[in-house]
Amino acid sequence: MQEEFDVAIVGAGPAGISASHILAGKGIKTIVFERGEYPGAKNISGGVLYGHDLAGIVPGFIERGCPVERNIVESRLWYLSRDGGYSVSFMDKAFRERLSFNAFTVGRAKFDRWFAEEAKKKGALVASGTVVTDLLRDADNRVIGVGTDRPDGNVKAKVVLLADGINSVLAAKTGFRSEPKPSDIALAVKEVIEISEDMINERFNVDPGQGTTIEIIGEITGGMDGIAVIYTNKKTLSLCIGANLSDFMKNKIKPYEMLEAFKTHPMVAPLIKGGQSKEYMAHWIAEGGYDAMPQLCGDGYLIAGDSAMLFNALHREGSNMAITSGRYAANTILEAFDKGDFSRNGLKGYPERLQSSYIIKDLKKYRRFNSFRLHHHEFFTLFPKLSGFAAREMLTVDGVSKKDKQRAILKKMKEEFSIFKMLRIVWGGIRSVK
Amino acid sequence: MGRHKERKMSVNIEDKLFLDRFHVNEEPHIRIVDDVKCMNKCEDQPCLYFCPANVYRLEKDHIVAAYEGCLECGSCRIGCPLLNIEWKFPVGGYGVSHRFG
Repeated sequence: MQEEFDVAIVGAGPAGISASHILAGKGIKTIVFERGEYPGAKNISGGVLYGHDLAGIVPGFIERGCPVERNIVESRLWYLSRDGGYSVSFMDKAFRERLSFNAFTVGRAKFDRWFAEEAKKKGALVASGTVVTDLLRDADNRVIGVGTDRPDGNVKAKVVLLADGINSVLAAKTGFRSEPKPSDIALAVKEVIEISEDMINERFNVDPGQGTTIEIIGEITGGMDGIAVIYTNKKTLSLCIGANLSDFMKNKIKPYEMLEAFKTHPMVAPLIKGGQSKEYMAHWIAEGGYDAMPQLCGDGYLIAGDSAMLFNALHREGSNMAITSGRYAANTILEAFDKGDFSRNGLKGYPERLQSSYIIKDLKKYRRFNSFRLHHHEFFTLFPKLSGFAAREMLTVDGVSKKDKQRAILKKMKEEFSIFKMLRIVWGGIRSVK
Repeated sequence: MGRHKERKMSVNIEDKLFLDRFHVNEEPHIRIVDDVKCMNKCEDQPCLYFCPANVYRLEKDHIVAAYEGCLECGSCRIGCPLLNIEWKFPVGGYGVSHRFG
């Protein structure tokens, strides 16, 4: 085939499709390769997207039929011991009025497909069912196109945008990004559970169309550095649970057994009662942060989204960074076409844009957060256990004076841990995200 | 850790994978490079635990890779302590296809 395009994009996820919207909209001949049967077939996220970043690509996305599940009006944080836990929640009516669609849930199989269809309307070509197996390079090692698993599947392009996600075999093969270390990755499993729309409204205390996110840490991850979430969709719930891959390697815990145990937790079970499992999935989360980022562009190529490890592990933001990095990449490519310079130097506007945006600023802010968690497993073992014990004691009315209860709690804490060490860890935690 | 084990239950992974849609290619996309290494050089064999689709199963004298139910997370590729697993993408259009995602 040896067809020639202006831009070849690897991966029809939020980063790649966002870029294709902008490029095709400006008349740039753009092709997007997707290894799945359709865009979204291989893609998973917890399920929250952010309106601000999406509106930068598709203004009026709601009117244009974006398949939204629920608008998020309430965010809960849970800190769980084995038998119970703490819950903190924030809701504000601004999120259903002025800030409507600030955050909303989607199913990626539906969303990515819609997003790609919108890009096609602008003239982008989306080639599904096609794996990019190699990068084509010229004698000076500049990237000049991609090789695919189609017969005669080499495609030349002036620029290649790598947006092939966190699990990139192409990266491993071509070395544009080194393979992630197990400690830079969280392995998460997800189950979509169907209950009725009305039951979700009742159980989560929300109006039709409105929804809740719950982010959870504690003893639920078997002592591993991990997190779980429960997100509301229209008539299903997304349950995800995951942990750092290096912890999985050490602890011999099976992800699906951890998921099933999570479903029986006394704070989780009532929410999913009577539900029917619809789909089971697994995916990586890029937790390495700032220090795991690859070089963001080179001669003839740029890297965006998860492929560039753009993920904020504390706030669980990634899809927004993918969308916006895709936009920056596209804007930079447009500049390169104006100058006729597709070298690393011609593309340097891309890292510059990322540097001055919230993306790199946030990644820098939380730079030490990943390693902090990995070195303090107490947050997933002893602390939830002790804090659960303390609250249970204080709330048990049994004729013992509160002062005596306090003494008993302090004594138990001292038995298990030095208070001084605990304060030092909390201080270290604050510093890792300040 | 210990506590977690108390609540550990036997989960039928087949029931979970049955929820998913797979287009299985005859050509496996996973290959264990050297069978002998798994048995002689790998003490922990963590692939038997961390794989979310239970692709890796211990048979008498080797580990088999039931690639058909692979969820394509990639963990085995970097999580095998001996990097003894060759994991490629399934051919375009094959493998798992999410309906919800």
